[in-house]
Amino acid sequence: MQSYYLLCSGTLKRNENTLLVEKSDGEKKVIPIENIDSIHVFGQMNFNKELLVFLAREGKPLHIYNYYGNYSGTFLPRDKNVSGELLVRQVEHYLDPQKRFFLALAFVEGAMFHAKRNLREYSGTEPFIQKIEEELDKAYSATSIAELMGCEGRAKEIYYQAFNLFLKEEFYFEKREKRPPSNPVNALISFGNSLIYTTILSECYRTQLNPTISYLHEPRERRFSLCLDLAEIFKPLIADPLVFRLINTGLITKDDFDQDLNGCYLNDRGKEKFLKAFDQKLKTTIKHRRLKRKVSYRTILRLECYKLIRHLLGDEVYAPFKAWW
Amino acid sequence: MMETSFDSLRITGVKINYFFICKRKLWLFDRGIQMEQESERVLLGKLLDEYSYPRKKRRRVTIDDLIAIDLVEGDTVREVKYSKVFEKASIMQIGYYLFYLKGLGINKKGIISYPRLRKSKEVVLTDEMISELKEAMKGIEEVLTMPSPPVAEKKPYCRKCAYFEFCFG
Ligand code: SF4
Repeated sequence: MQSYYLLCSGTLKRNENTLLVEKSDGEKKVIPIENIDSIHVFGQMNFNKELLVFLAREGKPLHIYNYYGNYSGTFLPRDKNVSGELLVRQVEHYLDPQKRFFLALAFVEGAMFHAKRNLREYSGTEPFIQKIEEELDKAYSATSIAELMGCEGRAKEIYYQAFNLFLKEEFYFEKREKRPPSNPVNALISFGNSLIYTTILSECYRTQLNPTISYLHEPRERRFSLCLDLAEIFKPLIADPLVFRLINTGLITKDDFDQDLNGCYLNDRGKEKFLKAFDQKLKTTIKHRRLKRKVSYRTILRLECYKLIRHLLGDEVYAPFKAWW
Repeated sequence: MMETSFDSLRITGVKINYFFICKRKLWLFDRGIQMEQESERVLLGKLLDEYSYPRKKRRRVTIDDLIAIDLVEGDTVREVKYSKVFEKASIMQIGYYLFYLKGLGINKKGIISYPRLRKSKEVVLTDEMISELKEAMKGIEEVLTMPSPPVAEKKPYCRKCAYFEFCFG
C-alpha cells in the first residue's frame, strides 16, 4: 500500500475496482484500490460523488492541498474502526492534567531528540545542541502545558537558527515563518511538515485512535490535532533531513520556487522532486529491534499510534520513538 | 433449565475461540481494538468461507446475535476452518454452539471442516466438555472485566497473528 501524489490536472474517477487518473493531456493511469493507502491531490483535479463513495467504502483518505501546496483538508471516510473504550481513555488522559502532561512532554522529548540528532551531523552545532538541552531541562520541570509549549517553542527556534551553519549559502534562512513562508527553506519545511501531518492522519485512521483528541496541542487548535502532536516527533526525523539533503546536493535549486506577494512556494517541478524524495523515504526500511523485522518509516508511524493506544489502555507506558541508528 | 445464563454473559463463539488462543486478543477484540484485515490469511479464510460449500443450503445461521454457525444441515452444525493450528479453540467454539443449542432444547452434533486439508472432525458435546465450557465462560468474564489488556506474552504463533505489530511493535 502506498500514497499516491497527484500533481497533474485532469479527472480522477472510479473505474470498477480501480481509480482512473485521466490527465488533461489525455494520458490515463489506473490504480488498483488495494494498492492505495491514501491519495494526495495537488493539481487541479475533478472528481465526483461516486468517487468519494467508493473511497469511503474502501476506507481510503483523500488529502487536498491548495495551489501553493498547503494542506487544505481531508476527505476522511466515516470511521470504520471505533472503540468506545479507547475514546473514553483518550479523553481521560486529556482531562487529567498529570496524564496529559506526561504525553505532551513525551512528544516534545521525541521532537527534540531528533532535532539534536540532526544537528549532530554537522560541525559547529554544539552550542545550539546545548541550548536545546537547557530548554528540554526546563520542560521537564514545567508545571503547565503552556510553560512546556514555551520551552518547546524556544528549543525549536534554536534548532532552526543552526540551519545556516550547514545549508548552502544561497539558502540563507533568517527565521522560521509559516504563514506565508518567506523564503525557500521555510517553504520546504512547511511543505514537509504538511506531508508528515497528512501521512500520520492516514495511519491514525487505520487505528481506533480519535485524531481530534490531543495532548500537547489543544484539541481545538486544528481538527486533527493528535496528528500535530505525533508529527512533532517525525518532522525532524523524516522531513527536515530531506530538506537538508535536497538543498545541499543541489537537487533543489532556487528555480524550483515561485515567489509572489503571498510568499515563497515550491513550483510544480519543485513539489515533484520533494514528493519523490519523501515517498522514497517513507518506503525506506529499518530493522525494528523488537519486531526483529524490517519495517518502513510509514510503518513506524503506525507503530507509534499503536504505542499510544497501549499507553492509553494501561498496557505499556508510552515512550516516544527515538531513532537508535 | 440450565444454571449457566448465556444471556447475561453475551459470549459469542468468537470469544470462546479467542479465549483458547490468546486472552489478550480476546480483551482487545472485546474493546473494539481490531486490526486491519490485510493479511493474505484472512483473505484466504474469506474465500474459503464463500466458496467451500456453495451448494449447501442453510449457510450462516445466527442465533440471538451470539452464535453464527457456518452451516446447519440435518442433525449437524458445521464450522469451516482454514487450518488445524488452533484445533482446540475450534473444538471449544463448536462445542459452545452445541451447548447453547442444547439449552434451547436442540440436540445436534458438530463437524469441523478443513476443506483445504480435505479433512473433518466430529465434535460431540460430552459432560466433560460442558464443564470445560463453563470454566471458559467464567474465565472469559474474568478477562473481560480486567481494566487493562492481559500482558503480551510471546507465543509461537504471535508472528502470524494480526495483532503482532500491535503487541510487540
Ligand atoms: S500477537 Fe500474540 S499476544 Fe498479541 S494478540 Fe496475537 S497471539 Fe496474543
